[in-house]
Amino acid sequence: MTAAKSHRTAEEIGRTAVGPRPVPELGEQRPAADLASVDTVLPNGLRVLAVRHASVPTVELRLRIPFGGSDPLHPARAELLAETLLTGTTRRDRVAIDTELALIGGELGTIVDPERLSISGSSLSDGLPTLLDVLADVLTDATYPDGQVVRERDRLVERIAVARTQPRVIAREALQQRRYGDHPVVREVPQAEDVAVVGPEAVRALHAQAVLPRGSVLVLVGDLDPEKVIDDVAAAVGGWSSDAEATPLAPVPDVAGGDVLLVPRRGAVQSQIRLSSQALPRTDDRYAALQLANLVFGGYFSSRLVENIREDKGYTYGAHSGFEFTGETATLDIDADTASDVTAAALMETRYELTRLRVVPPSEEEVAAVRQYAVGSLLISTSSQAGLASQLSALAGAGLGVEWLAGHPQRLQEVSTEQVVEAAREFFAPERFTGVVVGDPEVLSDGLAALGGVVLP
Amino acid sequence: MGQIEKFTIDNGLRVVLAPDRAAPVVAVSVHYDVGFRSEPEGRTGFAHLFEHLMFQGSESLEKLAHFRHVQGSGGVFNGSTHPDYTDYFEVLPSAALERALFLEADRMRAPKLTQENLANQIDVVKEEIRLNVLNRPYGGFPWIWLPPVLYETFPNAHNGYGDFVDLEQATLDDCAEFFDTYYAPANAVLTVAGDFESSHAKDLIVKHFGDVPARPRPERPSFAEPRPETEKRGTHPDAHAPLPALAIGYRMPDPIGELDAYLAHIVLAGVLADGDGSRLEQRLVHTDGLVTDLSASAGLFGPFEARDPDTFSITAIHPGEVTEQQVLDAVDDELEKLAATPPSAEELAKVTARWTANLHSEHDRLMSRTLGLGSLELLYGDAALMYDLPGRIGSVTPEDVSTAAKALRPDSRAVLLVQPQTQQEDQ
Repeated sequence: MTAAKSHRTAEEIGRTAVGPRPVPELGEQRPAADLASVDTVLPNGLRVLAVRHASVPTVELRLRIPFGGSDPLHPARAELLAETLLTGTTRRDRVAIDTELALIGGELGTIVDPERLSISGSSLSDGLPTLLDVLADVLTDATYPDGQVVRERDRLVERIAVARTQPRVIAREALQQRRYGDHPVVREVPQAEDVAVVGPEAVRALHAQAVLPRGSVLVLVGDLDPEKVIDDVAAAVGGWSSDAEATPLAPVPDVAGGDVLLVPRRGAVQSQIRLSSQALPRTDDRYAALQLANLVFGGYFSSRLVENIREDKGYTYGAHSGFEFTGETATLDIDADTASDVTAAALMETRYELTRLRVVPPSEEEVAAVRQYAVGSLLISTSSQAGLASQLSALAGAGLGVEWLAGHPQRLQEVSTEQVVEAAREFFAPERFTGVVVGDPEVLSDGLAALGGVVLP
Repeated sequence: MGQIEKFTIDNGLRVVLAPDRAAPVVAVSVHYDVGFRSEPEGRTGFAHLFEHLMFQGSESLEKLAHFRHVQGSGGVFNGSTHPDYTDYFEVLPSAALERALFLEADRMRAPKLTQENLANQIDVVKEEIRLNVLNRPYGGFPWIWLPPVLYETFPNAHNGYGDFVDLEQATLDDCAEFFDTYYAPANAVLTVAGDFESSHAKDLIVKHFGDVPARPRPERPSFAEPRPETEKRGTHPDAHAPLPALAIGYRMPDPIGELDAYLAHIVLAGVLADGDGSRLEQRLVHTDGLVTDLSASAGLFGPFEARDPDTFSITAIHPGEVTEQQVLDAVDDELEKLAATPPSAEELAKVTARWTANLHSEHDRLMSRTLGLGSLELLYGDAALMYDLPGRIGSVTPEDVSTAAKALRPDSRAVLLVQPQTQQEDQ
């Protein structure tokens, strides 16, 4: 920019005659309205949680079916089942399913992971009967037409090839293996060669054996009458029944601390740092304290980790630390992507912040800020139908419900700074963490060797 | 649906209020009428870099204070840079409304632009580009790689994320000039939505923004350029991509001056690629099995993101044994069918119903509602257009869609080919 100077200097811009002004105090906060809800188990064993949140004339739907399996081919079969569940029933072909959903402004989508098969959807609220009818139809009568399964199998192989070139997927697989070995929980993306041998019969057999109501949870949130919608669901999915119970993932072992493993990805210009340690689930009395300690460490932008490695050092675009809930347990996971030449330094700073959280524990001021953030961000994320539905679905998967959500702000208010300090001291010891760094070994090895605590290839 | 109130304060700042007491949360956004199409040659990526600097402190707020005040009030924040505008927002519990207004006013009045923060944020932006573009497959596809094939002029063709060389050369004086030129109150729209009482909000807005000094609103240049007169082709080597991909770019009607024709292109995108029953999904993914995944979109970042010229794009990732010509031929064949025979009423009803539901969903998330109102006020001078859109989309006729399909001509488009580089990845 070379134009003749007609603008102020940066220094002139940053100053006014009045000078700095005080930041306004917060006003009076009004609480969120209570939610009308029904939480019940239908005769077929399906738990249904229906919540009225009539902000807009739509409804959100979340169904979680426990979908564990120990067979080595289970991930491939499960993935292909998820890809083809919505491709046909006796009554509807693939196009008819999409057309009926589209005409009610609706969508249905499926995702499967080692723990569960998730079906998510939404529609205009007056289309809910159709949404439930299509859902019940695929649950009870998905036919997995041969042509659809074979075509989707080919696509899936291609998509897996694409997924395995994504750094975040490579890093996730490496972290899972590092902390859980060969437990079924590590098989998030199936092997392409396994997918290639799965046929339509195997998918149909898996559906009959594993897509079961008992142990599953359906969450409905939106412009609906909870009492009435329970009856509608019962009528719609009454034919979905089995005495067997959906299969949860085998319990995962506790994460043991240990050295970080360098996983080579030659030619990478950026590295993925991924650390993990055993934490506490939401049902533990100390969960709220640990939640606040984690926020101080790396759980929000104003955390010590982000202020250090992004805002001070410029090593990363984003660093995060957060809870991951698996079965009845939880871990703390830390991640940051950093340029190769600063990766060792970023890992060093991350370890430093772990130690600092114990030696220079969270202050009253830090705890007050994260408490306000935890309460406020929960309020914001649950103020929309989609946000509330996803939150409740996650809670329901852990056996919790609306009461937990309603009671959590109070629990956060009651946590003392001392309890946060205790949680920080117990759970943020660097030796509790294990992890991986994915990146170019040519560039990374010397620095990581000098840092120590890293297993080089 | 929503009640909207609009006014302009003395320094020229336009204000949109959309009160809604349903939940005790409030959102504040500021849209500045400058995006990456306005950055000068030799300074690619500057508009986005400058967006980062606007978070780095202002006269009343030290570095880090902005983030701490928003989050310490229980809120969330972000900003983003688009072709024709840059937005900043906070969503917070409603008790923090005045604080949010103060934070936005303070940086509109007197941001603290320092050499140290500039150097730090250049590093951060380079990490962002490594993360989203350089270190992953299909990074920047198609938004960075398609425009230089479709467009001739610098504003439309260049990389809005920026080249590292340009980013590293950015100076503090560049920042001062950019701020003084484009971040005038008269060049911005302030939007407040959610849980507040209008007259109270109005008082607070005048209190905090009223003494931001008026500066002239910069003249907005035209970015118009002729449509291509041939099919233009370009290639982009991708060291991480395992499969080839292609993007087809077409010019669209002026999103603002020719809104109805533009809306017909939005409906066309739905007819082509929204859902299993859409034309291109059926043909290319399911029946012919040519591609792994595809998309069609009015606007490289979705609709209502840019003024003229705007881009209609079709993208596909396909196996190596399928040639790009097979994909192009199938696309052209489907477009010719639509051009010859308008789509059915049911195909349009599907698109309209999904649009209506999506609009409700967008309205339900206070952040997207606020940003949508602000960008429509900035681009169209009409925030309420948000609530007219389902009706307007519903009035698009099958013949309109057919006309739009006819305009997507093979002899006036760009084709970008993403070529995987044979490289053995670990894993």
